[in-house]
Amino acid sequence: MIRKAFLSLLGLMAAGTAGADWAINMPEGVTELSKETYDLHMMVFWWCVAIGIVVFGVMIISLVKHRKSKGVEPATFSHSTTAEVIWTAIPVVILLLMAVPAAETMVKLEDSRDPDVSIVVTGYQWKWHYKYQDEGIEFYSSLARPSVDARRLDAGVDVNSVDNYLLDVDRPVVVPKGAKVRILLTSNDVLHAWWVPDLAIKKDAVPGIVNESWFRAEEVGTYRGQCAELCGKDHGYMPVVVEVVEPAAYQAWVDTRKDGDAKLASAQ
Amino acid sequence: MTTHTDEHYYVPHGSHWPAVGSLGLLFLMVGVSSWLNGADFGFYVMLTGLAVIVFMITGWFATVIGESEGGLYNAQVDKSFRQGMFWFIFSEVMFFAAFFGALFYARNMSIPWLGGASNNFFTNLLLWEGYESTWPTNGPGGVGGEYKAMGPFGLPLINTALLLTSSITVTIAHHALIAGKRAQLSIFLAATFILGFVFVYLQGVEYIHAYQDLNLKLTSGIYGSTFFMLTGFHGMHVTIGAIMLTIIFFRVLKGHFTRDKHFAFEAVAWYWHFVDVVWIGLYVFVYWM
Amino acid sequence: MTTTTVDGHAADHHDAHEDHGPPKGLKRWLFSTNHKDIGTMYLVFSLIMFFIGGAMAMVIRSELAVPGLQFVHPEFFNSMTTMHALIMVFGAVMPAFVGLANWMIPLMIGAPDMALPRMNNWSFWILPVAFGILLSTLLMPGGAPASGWTMYPPLVLQTGDAFPFLIFSVHLMGISSIMGAINVIVTIINMRAPDMTLLKMPMFVWMWLITAYLLIAVMPVLAGAVTMLLTDQFFGTSFFLAAGGGDPVMFQHIFWFFGHPEVYIMILPAFGVVSEIIPTFSRKKLFGHDSMVYAGSSIAFLSFIVWAHHMFTVGMPLTGQMFFMFATMLIAVPTGVKVFNWVATMWRGAMTFETPMLFSLAFVFLFTIGGFSGLMLAIAPADIQYHDTYFVVAHFHYVLVPGSIFAIMAGAYYWLPKWTGYYYSEKLGKTHFWLSTIFVNVTFFPQHFLGLAGMPRRIPDYSTQFADFNLVSSIGAFGFGLSQLIFVLVLLTAKKGAKADDRVWEGAHGLEWTVPSPAPWHTFTTPPKARIANEAFE
Ligand code: HEA
Ligand code: HEA
Ligand code: CUA
Ligand SMILES: [Cu+2]
Repeated sequence: MIRKAFLSLLGLMAAGTAGADWAINMPEGVTELSKETYDLHMMVFWWCVAIGIVVFGVMIISLVKHRKSKGVEPATFSHSTTAEVIWTAIPVVILLLMAVPAAETMVKLEDSRDPDVSIVVTGYQWKWHYKYQDEGIEFYSSLARPSVDARRLDAGVDVNSVDNYLLDVDRPVVVPKGAKVRILLTSNDVLHAWWVPDLAIKKDAVPGIVNESWFRAEEVGTYRGQCAELCGKDHGYMPVVVEVVEPAAYQAWVDTRKDGDAKLASAQ
Repeated sequence: MTTHTDEHYYVPHGSHWPAVGSLGLLFLMVGVSSWLNGADFGFYVMLTGLAVIVFMITGWFATVIGESEGGLYNAQVDKSFRQGMFWFIFSEVMFFAAFFGALFYARNMSIPWLGGASNNFFTNLLLWEGYESTWPTNGPGGVGGEYKAMGPFGLPLINTALLLTSSITVTIAHHALIAGKRAQLSIFLAATFILGFVFVYLQGVEYIHAYQDLNLKLTSGIYGSTFFMLTGFHGMHVTIGAIMLTIIFFRVLKGHFTRDKHFAFEAVAWYWHFVDVVWIGLYVFVYWM
Repeated sequence: MTTTTVDGHAADHHDAHEDHGPPKGLKRWLFSTNHKDIGTMYLVFSLIMFFIGGAMAMVIRSELAVPGLQFVHPEFFNSMTTMHALIMVFGAVMPAFVGLANWMIPLMIGAPDMALPRMNNWSFWILPVAFGILLSTLLMPGGAPASGWTMYPPLVLQTGDAFPFLIFSVHLMGISSIMGAINVIVTIINMRAPDMTLLKMPMFVWMWLITAYLLIAVMPVLAGAVTMLLTDQFFGTSFFLAAGGGDPVMFQHIFWFFGHPEVYIMILPAFGVVSEIIPTFSRKKLFGHDSMVYAGSSIAFLSFIVWAHHMFTVGMPLTGQMFFMFATMLIAVPTGVKVFNWVATMWRGAMTFETPMLFSLAFVFLFTIGGFSGLMLAIAPADIQYHDTYFVVAHFHYVLVPGSIFAIMAGAYYWLPKWTGYYYSEKLGKTHFWLSTIFVNVTFFPQHFLGLAGMPRRIPDYSTQFADFNLVSSIGAFGFGLSQLIFVLVLLTAKKGAKADDRVWEGAHGLEWTVPSPAPWHTFTTPPKARIANEAFE
């Protein structure tokens, strides 16, 4: 068991060093804050590894040396104020070292003032609705067809053949690279949570309340996430896809979307 | 016997009352649930459950009273009962704390937030435009429609007086018991539970007034919810307390309780002070402020 | 039977009460006022619940073994998750510890029984009713509750016919726990042997005392919370309705005000058990008895002011998040003190490794790992990423399964000879231990990776990139589950071993070891003599 616990620990250490490796560790992401969050995560993790090595180390030594089968006589000491003080004080110090940077990041996360793009995101059972406040664009975004066809009980489709199974939508959110995007979150029915790991955003969508969050994506790309608050039977089937594009491309997209929506509007 | 009980902590040998109680609870809970789900039979199942529970309580207490009068309980047993009662009351306090918590949360958090306070500027702008946080309120959705709030004067004030007085009378009764003045004891005990029942009656009158004249209902948003849930649960406890006082009263008439052994009396007295204190909290935070 | 037990003098008082043994048949159990019988019922009940809850976990793990839906519909999957948690928390872990308390506290403090024996019976017999009702919801239109054990509104209000049954079964569990807790407190405060001062009490008794206070303080709050759900659903109140001035998030605050202390309710008695076992098998007195007590109390106190660490993503104001982050981190300090004291107890002891000790050692290792992940979760900005992922699932299973459950197993093995009068089979015990420990890690360690890689919790199906670790986890889960059958074997063969003497374990100290094995139906009908009371803290 000792071996087991230790190997596991080593496993996680490996995970740590493996860095951006998606499979076993948190993604570093593509925003300043996602990187800070990742660093916090690793910093605390390494502290825990260090403490673990000390605590488990002492314990293992004791388990090996201080066994009856070795014919040792049990010592009789049963308290030591100095020891108690030391192992109360040291953790306190370590915790302070963690708390300070955590607090700094916390403050930045909450500062969603003067954004370049502001999107109202509304959760529905079981899809997302996006409304670009200034551009007057709005649309629903739900699970993409291929996944929908494959997800059902005995659908007869091999889900491995579907690319981005459960992580693809019909209409992704498009945002410009380098712009500060503010997300205004609410819900139409039950709680949902809008989560994109690479953007280090996760916020609950609460009916009757609007929550704020923000991100500034530094790299072009498609970033996938999922609803992260249980919202009923299809909670697992309302992914979030954000496409970060060059500002020019974004403008183009906005224009096409605009008259697209205009047509829709006049049609109704 | 006494010599025996003095050194021995009395441990009853088997009792069927708890089992009966569980059976009662089964009927009660299943009954209420089915009823709430719209099945009429549930109502009768519920009543059956209640009946069983009442039967259980009377039976259980009768046994305990019998044992107590039979001198089976030594000082240590008495102490166990006291401490048990104390912690039971504490758990009741925490139950009310949940609802007071809801009240404070609504008044200091959710309502200001719906009004745009703190980090909820957009909550107000996008969803509840024009809603200004006030208290009392039935929310930005005006749930339950127009209503008038229940003022602190009139009935509530009278009720406060009644309950405070009853707390004094029960204390006088207690001193009378210790002093061995049985007549005084029974008179003030009677006064106490009569005051209690009058309180409940007036509370009823107040509710009718609220529903008919003020259109203040359980459904009147968060104000209505907190108002009726808090006062309602309190009223329920007053009723229970008053009934217990009545029982104690009849036990006194039967000559129960001595100067130094009268746990049941004290337990009920404590309970009574507890509902009294809760009421003061209610009066201040629900009616007055 | 007589109570000629502790101090030879008992023989000279024969009175009607102790002379007759337990009544025969169903009556003995249904009407029991005997702390040992009630303790046994609690323990058996909790084992049954552990198996039912575990079987549900197996449904979860089967569905999650490979991507795509294979066995169940999403709504049923959610019901499984919800029921699994409710049953494990309220049906398996809590009753197990109450069972141990019933059996051992009177024996450890030299009391004739629990202080309020009739109520003791009632707190147990409410449980079968509560869980009967809860399990019956599986057959109801609309299915069993599927909104998670946290019962967040508005989703929970979409539950079908099961809704009121859920609410009332939770009420019943609450009533049962409160009565149980009252009994424990009164027993400990009022029934101790004459010279057993508070600070001389065994650690298990101490941790249970603190736990009982937590229970009385938070169970009623849970009752309040679910009552508000009930009235919101059926009587048109607006507690959790923003339009009416309420707030869905308010429920989360009330729930977690109960919920966080609840998790310590599930671990403090475990600390107690381990603090009994490690000294025995280290043949060395528990290190820092008093600081253990203070640490336990500080944990209990802090547990009341950290609840919103479950809610870092709900949109709390910054100051709130800061406060709850710092308060939560603080809990690592007293918990650390406990871990360090256990290690210091082993240090320069003369250890042997019987099954109870093995489970306790695994507890110290694996609980600490769970604690570490807990600390990581406490870092609010990082929790934005961890929240509602399998990282959280991994965290709490580490503290609950190799934490609470292992401690319960350790306690069961430790006291089994005292209960049955025979030694269980060490061979089976050790097999049970090693398989459990290996598989519990295979099951839950990969879930850390899944969570960090972005797999949300409470989903029946997942993107193919999560396939590998889920398969590993599922294999581990079945392995762990099947290993638990060995424990049943241990119980079935419990009386086949050698006859146990009163002391049972070489290094054991405490009043419970001064009564015969098996412990007679009545013990300490007269308080033990001082000389014996000293046992507990020699
Ligand atoms: C037995 C139950 C138990 C225990 C003991 C704990 C212990 C802790 N838990 Fe855990 N927790 C749960 C059960 C438990 N938890 C459950 C069930 C949930 C999920 C509920 C749900 O959503 O369904 C949860 C969720 C949960 C969350 C919310 C995660 C989320 O949903 O986003 C957080 C966040 O702060 C948290 C933190 C902690 C911390 C800081 C501790 C601390 O007490 C840990 C302290 C221990 C140590 C730190 C290790 C030993 C210490 C040392 C060796 C000293 C030196 C160490 C340092 C200085 C780092 N827990
Ligand atoms: C003390 C509490 C406790 C315990 C002991 C367990 C034990 C286990 N839990 Fe539990 N779990 C929770 C508390 C607990 N859990 C909570 C609070 C949640 C959150 C719920 C929510 O999100 O609302 C949760 C959620 C949860 C999830 C996430 C579900 C989801 O998010 O959708 C998973 C998934 O792997 C899981 C797995 C397991 C497993 C494999 C075990 C195993 O340890 C179980 C092993 C036991 C047995 C298997 C039974 C004994 C053996 C038999 C019955 C013989 C037959 C066995 C076989 C055929 C193999 N649990
Ligand atoms: Cu939407 Cu989960
Ligand atoms: Cu917590």
